[in-house]
Amino acid sequence: MQPIVQPGMQPVATTFFFYFLSGLTLLSGVFVVTRKNPVHSALALILGLLAQAGLYLMLYAPFVAGVQIILYAGGIMVLFLFVIMLVNIERSQKEEQFNKQWLVGFLAAVALGALFVLVYVKGKTLFPYRIAQPIENSNTQQIGVMLYGQYMFAFEIASLLLLVAIIGAVVMAKKRI
Amino acid sequence: MLNYITSYLSSDTTPGQAGNVFWAFVYIMVVFGGVSVAVMAMNWLERKALAHFQIRLGPMRVGPHGLLQPIADAIKLLTKEDIVPDKADKFVFWIAPLIILCASFTVYIVVPFGPTHAITDLNIGILFMLGVSSLSVLGVVMAGWASNSHYPLIGALRSSAQMVSYEVAMGMAVVSAVLMTSLHGLGPYGVGAGTSGTGTLSMIGIVQAQQEQHVWFLFKFFPLGFIAFGIFAIAMVAETNRAPFDLPEAESELTAGFHTEYSGLRWSLFMLGEYAAMIAVSSIAVTLWLGGWFRPFPNTLTGPTWDLVFSLFPGLSFLALAVIAFVGVARMPKHPYFRVQTIGLAGFGAVLGLIGLILFAPPVRDRIQDIFWFVAKVAGFMYLYIWYRATFPRYRFDQLMKVGWKVLLPIGIGVLILTAILGVLL
Amino acid sequence: MGAGQPRDRERPMTDRTTTDQMTTDPDTRLSHLELNQPDKTFLDSNELIINMGPQHPATHGVLRVILKLDGEKVLGTECVIGYLHRGVEKIAENRTYTMFNPYVDRMDYVAAVSNGLGYCEAVEKLLNIEAPPRAKYIRVILTELNRLASHQLWLGTHALDIGAMTPLFYTFRDREEILKIFEKYCGARLTTHAFRIGGCQYETYEGFERDVTKFLDFVPPKIDEYEELLTTNRIWLERTKGVGVISRADAIALGVTGPVLRASGVKWDLRKAQPYAAYADFDFEIPIGVNGDTYDRYTVRMEEMRQSLRIIRQAVERIPEGPIMAKVAKVMKPPVGEIYHSIEAPKGELGYFIVSDGSTQPYRVRVRPPSFVNLQALEVMVRGALVADVIAVIGTLDIVLGEVDR
Repeated sequence: MQPIVQPGMQPVATTFFFYFLSGLTLLSGVFVVTRKNPVHSALALILGLLAQAGLYLMLYAPFVAGVQIILYAGGIMVLFLFVIMLVNIERSQKEEQFNKQWLVGFLAAVALGALFVLVYVKGKTLFPYRIAQPIENSNTQQIGVMLYGQYMFAFEIASLLLLVAIIGAVVMAKKRI
Repeated sequence: MLNYITSYLSSDTTPGQAGNVFWAFVYIMVVFGGVSVAVMAMNWLERKALAHFQIRLGPMRVGPHGLLQPIADAIKLLTKEDIVPDKADKFVFWIAPLIILCASFTVYIVVPFGPTHAITDLNIGILFMLGVSSLSVLGVVMAGWASNSHYPLIGALRSSAQMVSYEVAMGMAVVSAVLMTSLHGLGPYGVGAGTSGTGTLSMIGIVQAQQEQHVWFLFKFFPLGFIAFGIFAIAMVAETNRAPFDLPEAESELTAGFHTEYSGLRWSLFMLGEYAAMIAVSSIAVTLWLGGWFRPFPNTLTGPTWDLVFSLFPGLSFLALAVIAFVGVARMPKHPYFRVQTIGLAGFGAVLGLIGLILFAPPVRDRIQDIFWFVAKVAGFMYLYIWYRATFPRYRFDQLMKVGWKVLLPIGIGVLILTAILGVLL
Repeated sequence: MGAGQPRDRERPMTDRTTTDQMTTDPDTRLSHLELNQPDKTFLDSNELIINMGPQHPATHGVLRVILKLDGEKVLGTECVIGYLHRGVEKIAENRTYTMFNPYVDRMDYVAAVSNGLGYCEAVEKLLNIEAPPRAKYIRVILTELNRLASHQLWLGTHALDIGAMTPLFYTFRDREEILKIFEKYCGARLTTHAFRIGGCQYETYEGFERDVTKFLDFVPPKIDEYEELLTTNRIWLERTKGVGVISRADAIALGVTGPVLRASGVKWDLRKAQPYAAYADFDFEIPIGVNGDTYDRYTVRMEEMRQSLRIIRQAVERIPEGPIMAKVAKVMKPPVGEIYHSIEAPKGELGYFIVSDGSTQPYRVRVRPPSFVNLQALEVMVRGALVADVIAVIGTLDIVLGEVDR
């Protein structure tokens, strides 16, 4: 089935971009867990987040993509990097990369992966083949309407949580300049 | 193929929206080249203007009045030895300036030089610009860390903390400007319904909203638009690590800047990224508050005569520059040592005059208007940057953060709330 | 040869060259900074030792400051000086009194005329002679011009350290006019050797009064320009108000003199308290501050500049005629004895303690440099301040390493 043609720019090489971006995300995920140097892991994570922003664009959600870049890649990862750089790195680089229980971990990951595949295969009939495509131009408006209308309570709770975190951080760091 | 190329010429959208890859590529090359030339010109202007503020002359030897100085600097930096610290992480050391450079240059794909003169017009234009310019913070942090020495690290962490803090204040100011795009009324206080009032995040849409509402957002809901512009103007200086917020990269402070360990070409990439970021945030300010590419008074001084008067400005400005160059030629010392410089300056003046005359010709004159006014406004901001650097002392780091969080942010939130209230009431 | 530097032979000399190695030897004076810190990271312990090395754009010379920091806050400082020590006082023991005169300029090379004035007056006191009135007036004019030049240099470099790069060029441009007058008078701009023991060697040149009067009209708008750039600038106020405070009691206890003392509220100026040269004839005020912070030191020095102009104007109007040199023997052999004579140099109290043993060469010349004593106040001033304030405080103390190290 063809995706619905949107007003504006036509989608181009959808399949290629999907496989490219997903592959990039997976690759960066692998790098995050296999690199010895934590800074390299953080950089790989940034790459994965940017690829994810591309995937959001492909789902006709440009606002989410933009916010992903600003907040995740440009804000949260910067804070990750701060903490990584302030902690003594040499100690962590001498640690072993994979601990002794790697077999158990591997089996658990395989089991989880099998569960996902089972859910997808069995539930294929439950997911509609084509989700109602959101209109690209009004992504921002729709998110705004939903966030401040239907999900207002969750929004306020989340902001209250963040406020508590900010106050906690300020109190803990206050005795130094 | 030729059809593909010429089919775009008759459309009235940006190449990105028309899907025309060839013209998009041409535009990208033009913008890239323009920004590079602008960065070099900015380098020269900074040295000359700073010198004149300090009652000295600045570069005078390399080329007439130092006009070839940026080229000499570029050659020097290119031929310098590339020193990489021994224990530094080579990959991160290499990639940090590239991240800053790419982040600073990618922003230009949405900068609107005219109603159709942008590479593309994303419908999340302003969000994209803010997001991608925040990626340069990562480059700064990585540059400091990769130098493997704790003074650059402290400098980099301070610099990035400063940039992240002022992004918040910038965001508040930007949101209140975007809020104004969704208003219906005309004029500074929005009385009477005259516009469609669909809010938009796209850069071209914001400028068109200003045109529909017959007012620059600078003057909208006066003084709210003005205060929002002021917050953005201060935050953008802090965002690009320029004076008076340049403690992280000042030489006379203890913690040297994040680019200490970089030499030669890598260091010049940092400077290139910094100037490009300055031009980028200035174009955000111009687009959001100063009416983008519109000439002054597009709605109060209307009519073909006023249009003609204002359309003569590009040619007149280039002719004025040519006159200044010729005055410089007349004042050159009459010594054989200066013969080459005199001829060079006269040639430069002749080229400027020729460009000015070309800009008087009607077909060129009509098309160059938008680009000229946009670039003129951004150039005004660049001069302001240099002026700030010459005049103000430096803020101490804790005072810097205090200004960002305790002064600009509350004022920004206040302006946002008041704008929203006024937008609903009026 | 002279008797040599008196030395306490019982006390062993501490070897200062090993301070770079971490040591807990209690004899070295750095032990209070606890340099021995194995394996500490940023998060483990908050304390960090940073070295502001001899080569640094903001230390006004070769000064080394070792800072002990807790994050951004300064817990303690230690100044290591001696990088510019040239043995001037030892040299004095092997030169005659007249031969030593040019050496004196090189100590505080910014205000060389004041150094010469102090030395010449000290030797004149030892010889019990007095310079003629005209010489005294010429001395006052040149010394006050030099005070102005020194303060202008201070202002330019201090503003540059805090980040304002433009006042530097303005003050240096205006200082040129003073240096031109010096050059016309005695041939040198910086190390002037303007005075001789007993008076002045050179008569004022043709047009001296005209030049000085023209300068007096030229400068006040320039001082207003400096004030316009800085005094009400919000950033300047934030960087200087409350920074580097030294209380009145501390200032007196540490022996701090000059504008630093006056900014803490102590009305003590040697030109009024123990008048020398012709200062008793002139009418001028002594600006004092209130809080003893950097901003007060700034205002005190700016006002001192204006008061200097006032003194010069009065001196030029009333300069008497007469000889410029007293009757001094060609070969000077002062009687056995010692004197201490101090003057108000731009940086503080500059004192000369000269011990004479009757021969043509002094037995001992000890200089009390104002910068040396003022530098000791650095520790008190930056305790609890941030790192960026250390630079501002070093600037506001107005030290010249040539004087500190001699």
